[in-house]
Amino acid sequence: MAETVQSEMRHTGFLGLLQRVGLSGRALVVSVPYAWLLLFFLVPFLIVLKIALAESQMAIPPFTSLIENVEDLKYQITVTFYNFHYMVTDDLYIVAYLNSLKIAFISTICCLLLGYPVAYAIAKADPKWRAPLLMLVILPFWTSFLIRVYAWIGILSNNGVLNNVLMWLGIIDQPLQILYTPVATYIGITYSYLPFMILPLYSTLEKLDNTLLEAAADLGCPPWKAFLTITLPLSIPGMIAGALLVFIPATGEFVIPELLGGPDTLMIGRTLWTEFFNNRDWPLASAVAVALLLFLVVPIMIFQNVQGKQGGHP
Amino acid sequence: MANAQPSRTQTKLEPWRDPNEKPYVRIEKVTKKFGDFTAVDDVSLSIYRGEFFSLLGGSGSGKTTLLRMLAGFERPTEGKIFIDGVDMSNVPPYERPVNMMFQSYALFPHMSVEANIAFGLHQDKVGKAEIAERVADALNLVQLGQFGKRKPHQLSGGQRQRVALARALVKRPKLLLLDEPLGALDKKLREQTQFELVNIQEKVGITFVVVTHDQEEAMTMSSRIAVMNRGYIAQIGTPTEIYEYPNSRFTAEFIGSVNMFHGRVLESEPDHSLIRSDEANCDLYVSHPGHLAPGTECWVAVRPEKVTITKDAPAGSDGRNQATGVVKEIAYLGDVSIYEILLDTGKRVRVTAPMVTRRTEMPITWEDRVYLSWRPFAGSVLTN
Amino acid sequence: MPKSWFLRFGLITGLLFLYIPIILLIVLSFNDNRSVSVWSEFSFRWYGELMRDDQLLSAAWLSVRVAFISASFAVVLGTLAGMMLARFGAFKGRALFSGMVSAPLVMPEVIMGLSLLLLFVSMEQVLGWPEGRGMLTIILAHITFTMSFVTVVVQSRLVSMDASLEEAAMDLGARPAKVFFVITLPLIAPAIVSGWLLAFTLSLDDLVITSFVSGPGSTTLPQIVFSSVRLGLSPKVNALATIVVTIVAIGIICAGIYNARQEKARQRDEQMAQQGG
Repeated sequence: MAETVQSEMRHTGFLGLLQRVGLSGRALVVSVPYAWLLLFFLVPFLIVLKIALAESQMAIPPFTSLIENVEDLKYQITVTFYNFHYMVTDDLYIVAYLNSLKIAFISTICCLLLGYPVAYAIAKADPKWRAPLLMLVILPFWTSFLIRVYAWIGILSNNGVLNNVLMWLGIIDQPLQILYTPVATYIGITYSYLPFMILPLYSTLEKLDNTLLEAAADLGCPPWKAFLTITLPLSIPGMIAGALLVFIPATGEFVIPELLGGPDTLMIGRTLWTEFFNNRDWPLASAVAVALLLFLVVPIMIFQNVQGKQGGHP
Repeated sequence: MANAQPSRTQTKLEPWRDPNEKPYVRIEKVTKKFGDFTAVDDVSLSIYRGEFFSLLGGSGSGKTTLLRMLAGFERPTEGKIFIDGVDMSNVPPYERPVNMMFQSYALFPHMSVEANIAFGLHQDKVGKAEIAERVADALNLVQLGQFGKRKPHQLSGGQRQRVALARALVKRPKLLLLDEPLGALDKKLREQTQFELVNIQEKVGITFVVVTHDQEEAMTMSSRIAVMNRGYIAQIGTPTEIYEYPNSRFTAEFIGSVNMFHGRVLESEPDHSLIRSDEANCDLYVSHPGHLAPGTECWVAVRPEKVTITKDAPAGSDGRNQATGVVKEIAYLGDVSIYEILLDTGKRVRVTAPMVTRRTEMPITWEDRVYLSWRPFAGSVLTN
Repeated sequence: MPKSWFLRFGLITGLLFLYIPIILLIVLSFNDNRSVSVWSEFSFRWYGELMRDDQLLSAAWLSVRVAFISASFAVVLGTLAGMMLARFGAFKGRALFSGMVSAPLVMPEVIMGLSLLLLFVSMEQVLGWPEGRGMLTIILAHITFTMSFVTVVVQSRLVSMDASLEEAAMDLGARPAKVFFVITLPLIAPAIVSGWLLAFTLSLDDLVITSFVSGPGSTTLPQIVFSSVRLGLSPKVNALATIVVTIVAIGIICAGIYNARQEKARQRDEQMAQQGG
């Protein structure tokens, strides 16, 4: 009796009711998505971790089994930190990690600088303009990501649109080498992830009470100062949400550095891809993935916190 | 209909005075905790058939939680609830003979007014012809006969409120729960609707339990009021009892405005109490049965409209129930004026006086020295 | 349009940045010349070549089937997950669950792809299922990463919906399952539709995760596009891009007009109601 009361205390409202029906309906609702995510999201990470600790071998699948069935039915566990050790000693991986963080960070800043005025302008626009403007921001997001990245090849290449325009204007007389450099990667990431920055920023700015700015003006604060002291601090949650939505996936980005960056634009996602598909070193690829995840644990936790508070939108 | 038998009417009107009357709803030692927070704390109360019962309290007083326990949305952590003699502990809301009118009205936006009202009857597998008839009756009862085909968003606030009422009434529940039924209406409409609600309740004869934070609303409509504070019931009584004979400082201060004089009991007799108050700088004589031992710390509550304000010392005074001070604030409200007087002891006292008598006399104005006095039955002796 | 010139400038710059590449693709798709710098003449040549590319067409057909099936499953799972998070209060393991739901929103795709592949390989070793990699494994992977997006959309709709609607239905005698189908589902239907469309688009567009979990016989459209783009510019891709952008634009504009009309009708009704009509 005491125990049922205990468990009921936690559940209120709709849940409490469902509980009373017996668990059948509720258990079904809970167990299906829960089991799915456990199997297809959580378990895979454990497997990645396991394989990261295994040795590479020439076989299919190309890794040693961590738990081998030995004759006397005892389990013998072979653990090796070889892969992690290799990653730390080889400059390539460290450089790739640092480079990924740097590229993701700079791109996030670019998204913020470019996205903030857009989000602010839409939030400030006449209400009847807001929906169409927002639609314009979202529309590219619904078209193919790959194709949008591809578009930049035509713009940035040596005989591409940008160089042609600049030469025609007489600003330069030699084509600039932009494609296959880190700059192209910055542009590509900023371009692809810009809507993810604008949307959370917009939803924060749109909720901002306009009378706050009126009160500030009434108290003698000029508009630019009101922006710095009121709008900007109050939009920090939106900035954080947007920055995380850009930074975290950008760190592991593969397609953009592969298509726009040169061979020297090392990013960890690309390194992982190469280890996996070209070198077929699955354990090393797994170790790279584990290390990348370790880098991202803190930002992801912050993101989940923000997401939980807002009730969320992508 | 009850006019033919005056004696029965008497018991019907105040069934809680009749020891032989069985309560219709019995809440027995109910406690509700959310984690560490106790929303409802050991509440027991009885509600009788045909009552218009109000749960009155501020936010966080536990009134809504208590209502939701009656509806079955929350389950008591301890205690039991009986409705018409049946233990409701394990009955889910969809099987309870209880319907609720929600504060937000909770009208299904994708259904017409008729479909909203018919919803509950469909769940009970009532026949089509009967549903049509009962829906039409319910719509007529709330005077929305021609609005049946509309969607909720095509109605005004007042109309939506009446649809919500009709939807809850149409199943003829044993008990109708109303959560802030007038909360979303503007002031003028609220006053009209108060009386309408009482009329409808009398017509259908269903027991109503209303949650409200508005004391005026509770006073106007209810047969009895339970004043709630921090999860417990501070007082249960008729509107008159609650206003005239508050049993605690909380009730006295929550309902209307009141002046509180701190003091100590000098005499406690079956017909009166005498209290020495330094705040009033006099002895306070209260002609209600004394229930506190001499020496007990207490407060005497006096309503502002029961205090007489004069420029001259009242004639034939024995010095009891009398204080002097200076007028500090005056507010003219048209029908009455409110004075705030700073007593010589430093205590501030509020007095309301009707405008009629002021006409002929010299008006009392700021910084005038005045005498305040009140009759022995005006005060109530309260403890914390 | 905002009044401040600075905001106007910012808005226009941002939108130009977003649209110039897309407009360029559309223009170039009608260029007869292979080069981006030379405009020779207007032609539908690349559209013709696109239509004759059997490999690309069969990959597109596979992608559409995969996207349709995974979006449909993702909607069911995502709706259930959204209900759990928005309505079930503090159930056991809620923190873990909400973590697992929101992580895929930002998780780098290489990690998801690698981990899912390793899962499928291990499952095949242990259970003998799924046999090899192909359409089935792609679908399973796509359901997993798109259901998070559906969950977020459905959950935020449920959070903004008045929970007392469901309580009212229950109070009037409807059992929980009936409440869900008669009240909740119709009211969150728009969110479910947009969740499905989102899942469909994401699945159709996915390259990285698909590359990890697909097998030799199952190549999706993004994989074909990627391998041809990797080699440099491919005018056929311009034509494909134009088709995709046109479909999406028509869809979004129709949805926008429909929403605007609904909103107008609602406002008119409300005005009427206020006037006591």
